[in-house]
Amino acid sequence: MNLARYRFILSRPLQLLPVLFGISMITFVLVRSIPGDPARALLGSRSTPEALIRIRAQYGLDQPLWMQYFYFLKNLLKGDLGQSLLYKVDALKLISTRIEPTLFLVLGSVLLALLIAVPLATVAARNKGGWQDHLIRLFTTAGLGMPAFWLGIMLILLLSVQLGLFPVSGYGRTGWDKLHHMVLPCLTIALALSAVLVRNLRASMLMELQADHATAARARGLSERAIFHRHVLPNSLVPAVNLLAVNIGWLISGTVVIESLFAIPGIGQLLVRGIFTRDYMVVQGVAMVLALATVMVNFLADVLTVMIDPRVNMR
Amino acid sequence: MSTPVLHVEDLSVIAGHGESEVTLVDRVSFDLAEGEILGLVGESGSGKTMACRALMRLLPSSNLRVQGKAVRLAGEDLLSLDEADMRRIRGRRLGMIFQNPGSHLDPLMRIGEQIGEGIRLHQGASKREARAKAIDVLRQVGIPDPLRRVDSYPHEFSGGMRQRAMIAVALGCNPQVLIADEPTTALDVTVQAQILRLLLDLRDQRGLSIIMITHDLGVVAQTCDSIAVMYAGRLCEHGNKLDLLAHPRHPYTAALIDCQPATSAGHAMLKTIAGQPPLLDALPTGCRFNPRCLQQGGQCTQLLPEMQATAGAHRVACHYPLPMGASS
Repeated sequence: MNLARYRFILSRPLQLLPVLFGISMITFVLVRSIPGDPARALLGSRSTPEALIRIRAQYGLDQPLWMQYFYFLKNLLKGDLGQSLLYKVDALKLISTRIEPTLFLVLGSVLLALLIAVPLATVAARNKGGWQDHLIRLFTTAGLGMPAFWLGIMLILLLSVQLGLFPVSGYGRTGWDKLHHMVLPCLTIALALSAVLVRNLRASMLMELQADHATAARARGLSERAIFHRHVLPNSLVPAVNLLAVNIGWLISGTVVIESLFAIPGIGQLLVRGIFTRDYMVVQGVAMVLALATVMVNFLADVLTVMIDPRVNMR
Repeated sequence: MSTPVLHVEDLSVIAGHGESEVTLVDRVSFDLAEGEILGLVGESGSGKTMACRALMRLLPSSNLRVQGKAVRLAGEDLLSLDEADMRRIRGRRLGMIFQNPGSHLDPLMRIGEQIGEGIRLHQGASKREARAKAIDVLRQVGIPDPLRRVDSYPHEFSGGMRQRAMIAVALGCNPQVLIADEPTTALDVTVQAQILRLLLDLRDQRGLSIIMITHDLGVVAQTCDSIAVMYAGRLCEHGNKLDLLAHPRHPYTAALIDCQPATSAGHAMLKTIAGQPPLLDALPTGCRFNPRCLQQGGQCTQLLPEMQATAGAHRVACHYPLPMGASS
């Protein structure tokens, strides 16, 4: 094995630093440009001016903006995201308790989407122009057209309210209970995500079925089935990995909607509440975590691409 | 010659149905002896590749179909086989190599595995046996350090090495007949000569019969034993290489030979054949070459000439063949 191709795994995290620095600056400014005063949001509309001043001084909100950013960065380097204004606890600790449900949601959705997309794309590509192909393409068009929140509501109405198969909302306590609670939210995301994947995979499979190397494999006497599994599928997965990475990045921030809909106590929900209460520290922290996760997903996609495709050389 | 390895009789490839039917390859017949190298020559679109794909029954579209009286490979009639039986023939008895080795090798699979794929399929070999055989074949096609190269990927090879690797893939299953579809077109001249040398060596060592599709008469002159010339989907002349190059009987063959660029001084202009090959859905009546032919007679625009033996194994499809020894 050519280990030199994996050397980028060591150097890539260093490139992460400027990215995170940029994101920290942008989120810091954006959060503070939301109209409204966190001290007033915290104390309510009938607070006294003295109390407001005291709160601002306590959280450093009376300092100039660049000073606040400097403190933010300094604390960030120590792994300290500051205190949540609303919950009065360490923001990092608060976020870390909320990561599990979101992670569960994202990983479950992606897994489910792959389980749906790969077989469907395979059937569609191998029966191009047949009724299976038309049916599957109809499914993808419908999947692309339906908004996730609406699809989620429909699934709740059908599978939870009517048939009583799954809980309507919430997260659960034990492992199995959590899994049971997460089926519907994951399915909601997976249906939308698999629609994108099926279209893309089907197109690349059709291309690979026509490719010269597939013809050469036929000339070797391989069956269509063997050609599909040994040559067509691996080759069409290469572009799909990157498409999936982009979509997971989008999905990570998109979980906000689904978490709200299904009342899942994840970081998306925390972010929404943080924005409404002007909880600067929490919003900043969540934004940093989401950014880090997105960058990580793309990094993993690169590693996966290098593993599948021997021609790729990241530098 | 003894009984041919491959006997092809009236092989046609037809596109479309009913009214819109177009014949891409029209009743091609030829024999191929053991150890013979046949050069199948013609312009782009003349149906050389299509005819060979029809032999393998690997047509690029489901809209195309093969017709014919017989395609016999060592006595077995391939036209009567179903797809499953045909798969047993492909690779195992009838191998094929292609013009562009870069795209005809799977970029994600190690060379050794691609060679082993056919060996495991056709000879029921284990993974380890297939690998040992692959190393063996790589050595035979002249790849240096095959023990290491067996684990390389196609992109780690140069163009000439890739073509050697593709030949190795085809040879792994020990075919009787190898169809080589312009195997040297994408290679530079020195590498081209090496690959041709390799094919000749393989013929000598294994008694391999080769159909070499090409539009390069230079390649034909260097390697082939016999030549078949195709024009607009039909065979127009077939015979021994030396006879055919020295004394072409068909005006098209003669014109084609005339078009070869000469390396000697004095020829400032390249010769060409005036006009263009006809479209296959708008063929001229009579001989398909008549609009471009310089020696026309009365029958040329009336009747499609059929292949006729002239001297020995030499066959020509022309109403007014050139006299012996008339050409350049």
